[in-house]
Amino acid sequence: MLNQIEGSLGVAKAVALCRPGVVCAYPISPQTHIVENVGKFVKEGTLKQCDFINVESEFSAMSVSIGSSAGGVRTYTATASQGLLFMAEGVYNASGLGLPIVMTVASRAIGSPINIWNDHTDSLSQRDSGWLQLFCESNQDAVDTHIMAFKIAEEVGLPVMVCMDGFVLTHAFERLDIPSQEEVDKFLPEYQPREFLDPKEPISMGAMVDPDAFTEVRFLQERKMVKALSVIERVTKEYRELTGHHSGGLLDCYNCDNATDLKLIIMGSTVGTAKDEIDRLKKEGINVGIISLKSFRPFPYEALKQAIGNTKQVICVERAFSFGARGIICPEVKRAMEGTNCEIHTALCGLGGRAIYGSTINGIVKQALAGKFTEEFTWFDINSNVLNSYLKDTEGVTFPQGPITDSQLQNSCK
Amino acid sequence: MLDQIKFYQTGSNTIGNRLLNPSMRAIQASADRPNGLISGHRACQGCGEALGARYAIDAAMRATGGKIVVANATGCLEVFSTPYPESAWQLPWIHSLFGNSAAVGSGIAAAMKVRAEKNGDAVAPRVIAQGGDGGTTDIGFGPLSGMFERNDDVLYLCYDNEAYMNTGVQRSSATPPSARTATTQLVGEHPGADWGKGKDVPMIAMAHGIPYVATATVADLRDLEEKVTKAMSFHGARYIQILTPCPLGWGCASGVTVTVARMAMETGFFPVYEAEYGKITSVRKIRQKQPVINYLKLQRRYAHLTGKKADPNVLARLQALCDTNIKNFGLLGDDEPQLTPAAIQAYERSNKV
Amino acid sequence: MLQVRLHGRGGQGVVTAAEMLSLAAFLEGHFAQAFPSFGSERTGAPVVAYARIDDKEIRTHEPILEPDVVLVQDRTLLSVIDVFSGISPNGYAIINSADPAEQVVPELCKKLPKGHVLTVPATQFAMEKLKKPLPGAPMLSSLAAATDVFKLESVQKSFQTRYPGKVGDANAETAALAYNYLKEVIKGGANA
Repeated sequence: MLNQIEGSLGVAKAVALCRPGVVCAYPISPQTHIVENVGKFVKEGTLKQCDFINVESEFSAMSVSIGSSAGGVRTYTATASQGLLFMAEGVYNASGLGLPIVMTVASRAIGSPINIWNDHTDSLSQRDSGWLQLFCESNQDAVDTHIMAFKIAEEVGLPVMVCMDGFVLTHAFERLDIPSQEEVDKFLPEYQPREFLDPKEPISMGAMVDPDAFTEVRFLQERKMVKALSVIERVTKEYRELTGHHSGGLLDCYNCDNATDLKLIIMGSTVGTAKDEIDRLKKEGINVGIISLKSFRPFPYEALKQAIGNTKQVICVERAFSFGARGIICPEVKRAMEGTNCEIHTALCGLGGRAIYGSTINGIVKQALAGKFTEEFTWFDINSNVLNSYLKDTEGVTFPQGPITDSQLQNSCK
Repeated sequence: MLDQIKFYQTGSNTIGNRLLNPSMRAIQASADRPNGLISGHRACQGCGEALGARYAIDAAMRATGGKIVVANATGCLEVFSTPYPESAWQLPWIHSLFGNSAAVGSGIAAAMKVRAEKNGDAVAPRVIAQGGDGGTTDIGFGPLSGMFERNDDVLYLCYDNEAYMNTGVQRSSATPPSARTATTQLVGEHPGADWGKGKDVPMIAMAHGIPYVATATVADLRDLEEKVTKAMSFHGARYIQILTPCPLGWGCASGVTVTVARMAMETGFFPVYEAEYGKITSVRKIRQKQPVINYLKLQRRYAHLTGKKADPNVLARLQALCDTNIKNFGLLGDDEPQLTPAAIQAYERSNKV
Repeated sequence: MLQVRLHGRGGQGVVTAAEMLSLAAFLEGHFAQAFPSFGSERTGAPVVAYARIDDKEIRTHEPILEPDVVLVQDRTLLSVIDVFSGISPNGYAIINSADPAEQVVPELCKKLPKGHVLTVPATQFAMEKLKKPLPGAPMLSSLAAATDVFKLESVQKSFQTRYPGKVGDANAETAALAYNYLKEVIKGGANA
């Protein structure tokens, strides 16, 4: 059914359609509207046989989720930013226990300095936590990905983070096609846990594993992650056939067929903005492809290699980076393209809610096609005036206007 | 389950509780005891925690017909009971993290309720969350308080051995003053743990106004069984703090675990009582009052107070601490405990509309 | 695509107005999008919200720098921020004020085509029917009157959907007052 609603309400409706048994919540912007709505569905009785629990911290939100998922019911929670870090210990624990929890991360920067706006630092900080991370490019994608996420999580036996850009998507009112309960019931049958805490068949979960077996336990966990690649593809296909929606997948290509000079790899809501700009550029005779990276974990090396094909240059539009290193997506793409001549760079932009405009994308494309991405890593949308106003007086350092490369930064420290 | 064992004492003149009417016998006295935590685990000789857990869990299993799920904090109990691929637990059991067993318990309780509703079961399995004093009074205190204030249907068992034993006897907020730990060494002007620090979690639990709070020790195991059984007759958040001496950490012989625990009661050092909805309802009276020195001298963690160089002022202060407990909780004779006002939530919970 | 930027102050229902704008367009079968300028603004602080209307899927999520329409819910903002920044040369501006546009924003009147800069006493209408200074509904119906981008009825229905009962109905009545007022102005009638 078509609705004109806030993204958060759309996600709440999608979650409710999946009939979770326990939903746990602790307030943090910008995910609050999602759990507020789910809580309302429970309280007004539209979401039945579901316990909605207001807890005292994100650490407990994840811990209650661990308990309820281990107790054999479908479990959902949501968080962002500082909240994700506050629950980090439980995040790793949930994947180690193999619990198919689904959690929305309304992606937001991490402080200090405190910043409530969107970038991808939060979920990417949990890159190695053993959770699947699925990114959404629109609210429709978010609605659909949440429904798919429960199926993927339960088939694979691992928890899934559904990452949707905070505010930009969570707070946007858009047209959403919400599947019917019948459709979702058909797609996602009632949760049948393979193992859970049951007095009829007692099991011990979370035993201490010593060096004799720890590596093997990790190997088995990684196997699940690898299996997830094909599960994501199969579940996506099934969902698309059922709903006709073009959501989910490991990645999604736009205008890629003829764009052999340049492709952009983007995660999240920037994809839509970039698509519009790419259409405008096409009218100028410039052909650029967009690869919307949907599954960050597991990372789809093979699918990405195929999607990039013989493209000469790839720019990763990244909204987070690794201190003391460089981009986070770029090294993965390099691994995928090892042995080819493809040039791969990072354009870092959109940190802490700095808007990525069509003009930002235009600038990246023009700079790339002019061969001006000479280094792996560039601070693309940085404002030198702000830097200079501080560095000129303190260290006698100034930067020219425009993007700043990694070596410019390094030289300024000498 | 163990095979049926014929006890030769039964019906003989041997003095023991097997001569009692079966309904009055301890749960552990029966060959049909549930053995939730079965033998073969790797606890130290004389482990108070293993003893306390065994009695408490079996009492809960008996009270619920075996429908119990346990969430365990990281700590000795978790480590010695589940070295992969072995487990000493004959019930559904989960270990998640150090500081979250109360919250995991809340999640399990919610899951059990929802599953029972979906399956049309009249009774949902009950939940125990448990941990040591570090996992309870320190790192797990936030989730514990959250579980209390939501009045989640979880019985929390704190096995209190007054320090972080699993990591090598470091001080916790349950470590008593002057006691030696690895982080409150017997050096300097004021050896041992500082005075005036720490927290009384049973009293804090009472301040939440939850249905049932109790303290117990492994010296009075029938009392512990009865308290657990009683706790399972309530729904909502419940808390029992069990004093479980640690021979290694306390520096006592592994054969005197029960004696030390008894001495903690009989000196008034560890008051044993029950409270419902924030008010004390019963007190375990001291049977034969002992001076605090008799408690201290069993433990090398108080070695600085029992030798020739002992500071009489500190000893007097510890005796005064015991006397204050005796007075406050009315531990002697017909004394009444001093009343503490209950949290308003206790009124909400005890008065059903 | 029609791009609308709404300016107001925290507590005046600016974000809601943008959402209702998108809902009105949706009710007429358009694709629409609304989103706030995400911040932690408190009551009384300047607030910006955005809306887009199109006949195909709206993919972009960038803030609107070059609006086709600017709605100013609070006249006092005119001296504080450049609310008309980037406005399209053929754009529309509607300001909540009882004074004539030529008096309120003379410069803008010279810049934009005749009849594209309008004022409407939205707060006054809101106080009449709603008894609260929430000018969202009359501002949207003014947009409908000025551009015919959607009907008055769609504005009314959007508020009645969001606030079923008295509040929605009062908003609908307020919207009608402003709509009729502005249609008269545009015709060069009594209110001109």
